[in-house]
Amino acid sequence: MNFTLKVWRQRDAKSKGHFETYQVKDISEGTSFLEMMDILNEQLIGEKIDPVAFDKGCHGNQSGPVSFDHDCREGICGACSLYINGRAHGPESGVTTCQLYMRKFKDGSTITIEPWRSRGFPVIKDLVVDRGAYDKILQAGGFISVNTGGVPDANAIPIPKKNADESMDAASCVGCGACAATCKNGSAMLFVAARVSSLALLPQGKIEGARRAKAMVAKMDELGFGACTNTRACEMECPKHITVSHIARLNREFLKAKFKD
Amino acid sequence: MLDLVLINGEAKGIIARNLTNGKIERFGAHAVVLASGGYGNTYFLSTNAMNSNGSAAWQCYKKGAFFANPCFAQIHPTCIPIHGDQQSKLTLMSESLRNDGRIWVPKKLEEAKKLQEGKIKGSQIPEEDRDYYLERRYPAFGNLVPRDVASRAAKERCDAGYGVNNTGKAVFLDFKDAIKRLGKEVVDARYGNLFDMYKEITDVDPHEEPMMIYPAIHYTMGGLWVDYNLMTTIPGLYAIGEANFSDHGGNRLGASALMQGLADGYFILPYTIGDYLASKFKEPKTDTNAPEFEAAEKAVQEKIDKLMSIKGKKTVDAFHKELGHIMWEYVGMARNKAGLEKAIELIQELKKNFWSNVYVAGETGVFNQELEKALRVADFLEIGELMARDALNRNESCGGHFREEMQTEEGETKRDDVNYMYVAAWEYKGADKQPELHKEPLKFEFAHVATRNYKD
Repeated sequence: MNFTLKVWRQRDAKSKGHFETYQVKDISEGTSFLEMMDILNEQLIGEKIDPVAFDKGCHGNQSGPVSFDHDCREGICGACSLYINGRAHGPESGVTTCQLYMRKFKDGSTITIEPWRSRGFPVIKDLVVDRGAYDKILQAGGFISVNTGGVPDANAIPIPKKNADESMDAASCVGCGACAATCKNGSAMLFVAARVSSLALLPQGKIEGARRAKAMVAKMDELGFGACTNTRACEMECPKHITVSHIARLNREFLKAKFKD
Repeated sequence: MLDLVLINGEAKGIIARNLTNGKIERFGAHAVVLASGGYGNTYFLSTNAMNSNGSAAWQCYKKGAFFANPCFAQIHPTCIPIHGDQQSKLTLMSESLRNDGRIWVPKKLEEAKKLQEGKIKGSQIPEEDRDYYLERRYPAFGNLVPRDVASRAAKERCDAGYGVNNTGKAVFLDFKDAIKRLGKEVVDARYGNLFDMYKEITDVDPHEEPMMIYPAIHYTMGGLWVDYNLMTTIPGLYAIGEANFSDHGGNRLGASALMQGLADGYFILPYTIGDYLASKFKEPKTDTNAPEFEAAEKAVQEKIDKLMSIKGKKTVDAFHKELGHIMWEYVGMARNKAGLEKAIELIQELKKNFWSNVYVAGETGVFNQELEKALRVADFLEIGELMARDALNRNESCGGHFREEMQTEEGETKRDDVNYMYVAAWEYKGADKQPELHKEPLKFEFAHVATRNYKD
């Protein structure tokens, strides 16, 4: 398969960015999107080494390899953060960029690749953004700090299966940032909701529930993320299918905490 | 982390490169704890995350910490097979699939051939022509034999020509019987997300067609030698988790990396490190302006400058892939003396070539992923050599380490407890010198050592 790639290039956070157009050829259908980016980079580096000998028609304009974030390449770490053809993680639903395969694209088509677009995630270089804001929100309250003590009897605190399942669903959030990047308000509500919800549903997490909801929402606001207006775009683009019903739970937790004040 | 800083022989800090802005930074402390993972990416293709690397532990080795049992690498049987040379990593399908999935290859070579050529599909092969080789060879454990056994058995069948995909390097993992027995709903409740993932990657629905799997590097049992307090041979340097060698012997069992994470990080280190810190109670904060930090930072900067200045003809990834091929071929699932000697030679050659012909794109002092990779590959080249050296020394088949010279008539592993019942701890002796082998004998007081048997 052959593709034309329009890739966002930006030297650093302060520089102005621009699109560059490249060609990649002979990509097999089973190649993952990020492997296709690897191939592009090998070509771009090759052109720097020797523009004639390595010429694969990529037309790299000598700006070197494209920086992009990635790590586990199996949809667990949440590092790969690409806006592909105007959608977070590309055209497929329920997958991260690294789980996207080239067979999903039409041979010969043009693919536009941009970094996350959100005030909360400034660009570091090219397609790499600083998602540290999510870490800061987590550090504000997304944890349990009560001492767990000894191991209780397994049946001492029964947890309904429905709660356990829902908590697990929320916990599948990988913190990739697609929700905020997609949201027209740049809101991180789905992320915060997933964290709050997964803990609020379990007995260990209940104790600090009020403090957690208030602290995480306050941090989210402080870092420049917008408010939720229930358009549900985040839910559509979430690679882990996290639903907005968790936002409802976050709102409930938050209101409960505020009434107690 | 690019270097460990020693003051008076004690670990007092590290030199790190800030990945975001490329600055070299110093961190001073009273002790250093490494929780930096394993070195499985030496093989290039593995189930490890792409950025996982052995560099932190390797720098400590070069500063005097012993590196134990480097040859013990775990090869996981249920990974999605390699599809071509554009691949960057191997995806692990959860081992739980072996609970209900049955592993097989065709009984007849001509049917395997047709599968390899894409002329027929697995589901078209009738029941009586299927060789459920794990159930055949290990009736007592069947598809649930440990990872190393399942991996070797897959390799044995594929080497004999029975592989089922276009590369001939895959076996089937079939849920036909499980779906018949339990119903699609139950199977989906158990493995639905894995089935989705498989379909996403391969474009094949495992409800209709058996999955294809093949072994891949997954974990490294070897690592920095530590005592029962998790301290390395350098005072004040601790290593926990996959970075050390301590918990898994020659063969990690499923889920026990999580166990080690908890044991080392939650139950052991918080209690043992205090003992060391107590002796440092009156020491002032480590001064990162000390000449030792100065020297370590200078060495790191020189290494980076050297890498950037080579401006050779080959990319970093090209070197890493080549190393991966050598490792998988000669230091992979089956190893022998001649192959390991050859591997050492090839790796040394590749290392020389790397330091004279690598091209590292970009600049220093800024975000630069090529430089990150180059620094790691420089270390992988050295780690690979030590792995081969250790595998060559250990002339027995033990855990994940299989020496072809040491097997039973049925192709099972053969240990040599008389000569090799020890931890092989290697000490760095200098760039052009051979490392020195220290042997820590293993004494078993309560459990007695036996030979594994999954047949009856």
